[in-house]
Amino acid sequence: MDDAREVVITADGPVLITGPVEVVLPDGRRVRSDRPVTALCVCRRSRRAPFCDTSHRRKVRDTGQDEENRAQPHRTAAR
Amino acid sequence: MLSRTAPPRVDPPPLPHARGPLSAAVLGALRGEPALRADPAGADPYGDDLQLALYCCYELHYRGFADVPDDCEWEPGLLALRREIERVFERALRADAAPGDGTVECAMRELDTLLVEPVEGTGPSWHLRRDGELWQLREYVAHRSLYHLKEADPQAWVIARLDGPAKAALVTVEHDEYGAGDPDRMHARLFADMMAALELSTAYGGYLDAAPAATLAEVNFMSLCGLHRRLRGALVGQFATVELTSSPGSERLVRAMRRLGCPEQAVAFYDEHVEADAVHEQVVRHGVIAPLLAAEPALADDIVFGVRGSGFLGDRFGDLVLDAWAGGRPSLRTPLPDAPELVGSTR
Repeated sequence: MDDAREVVITADGPVLITGPVEVVLPDGRRVRSDRPVTALCVCRRSRRAPFCDTSHRRKVRDTGQDEENRAQPHRTAAR
Repeated sequence: MLSRTAPPRVDPPPLPHARGPLSAAVLGALRGEPALRADPAGADPYGDDLQLALYCCYELHYRGFADVPDDCEWEPGLLALRREIERVFERALRADAAPGDGTVECAMRELDTLLVEPVEGTGPSWHLRRDGELWQLREYVAHRSLYHLKEADPQAWVIARLDGPAKAALVTVEHDEYGAGDPDRMHARLFADMMAALELSTAYGGYLDAAPAATLAEVNFMSLCGLHRRLRGALVGQFATVELTSSPGSERLVRAMRRLGCPEQAVAFYDEHVEADAVHEQVVRHGVIAPLLAAEPALADDIVFGVRGSGFLGDRFGDLVLDAWAGGRPSLRTPLPDAPELVGSTR
């Protein structure tokens, strides 16, 4: 079996990498993630860069309709 | 991996107090009293009595109760009553959660709705982030303890009912919830640490008597879907709802706690969930839902039921809590004692 690491680029959000990773930042700092899968932010909107915090999600106003007029959010997030 | 701290003693919780004829019948049976007659048919499906009765029936499959024989779990009389109660609950919930159209596309669209964030939301986490008070935050955590002290347990039932990629991906998420081999990183443990930091009781089931029906109903829905193989699609839909909505909700609670000056040990639980559930979202959508629907397209409608049922019960919980707080009242059935050591805890 090929032991190359799989890196998954999702259509809508982060890049997924399996196994523990050490991320090297532009300023040389190293940030480690021991999660089974790590989600790296590539939209650059995350407040927890370099990791995804779901900030890439579409936002809608209270009217419940966004510019694409597709989906309405549930009224309350479960948590 | 071994825990750095001594394992806690396992003390099953005491039985709660009855809230009506159904819960009295269940609790009586658990105490070994002669069987009471109870008919759930006319009971309020979301009411305190029915929800507590159901919660107690389910708890036998988790940790049980003090002084109740473990074998009560498979007592035919209790199982028969539980079955009747479940029918009333599920029938009501199916009526209140609009059905899908049976297609895989409908299920995928339903999940997409969970990925849209309102600019200004209205649930308890939004309120807590904006201007919630410390006593309200502590109440919120006490409500949530009914689930989080057994976090991931109701969903673990479904593992044996899945196969292939969906099973592997779901176990990946569950493994993370259970601390990825480190008992000190287990989410239920992190939640207990947060409770201790907020001067709440960390006893398993410690807030059962205080929890209103709306709190119990959310946990009961998980147990219902987890324990019935027939409802495995709904369990996955419920699981997806939690994992897809948790990350931004957790971020709001982190901000609430920092604004209120909570200690860092308290912030850690929700802080962990911001990043962890951003990963779980991806694993659930691409790793669990997509292969499950490919393998069993007939489950599409039950996945929709799981999402919409969770959303409906989540909204009911949110309304109850926010209504109480808007009136300056506790949202728990019994108010929490103040936490004098915590800043700003007085009401």
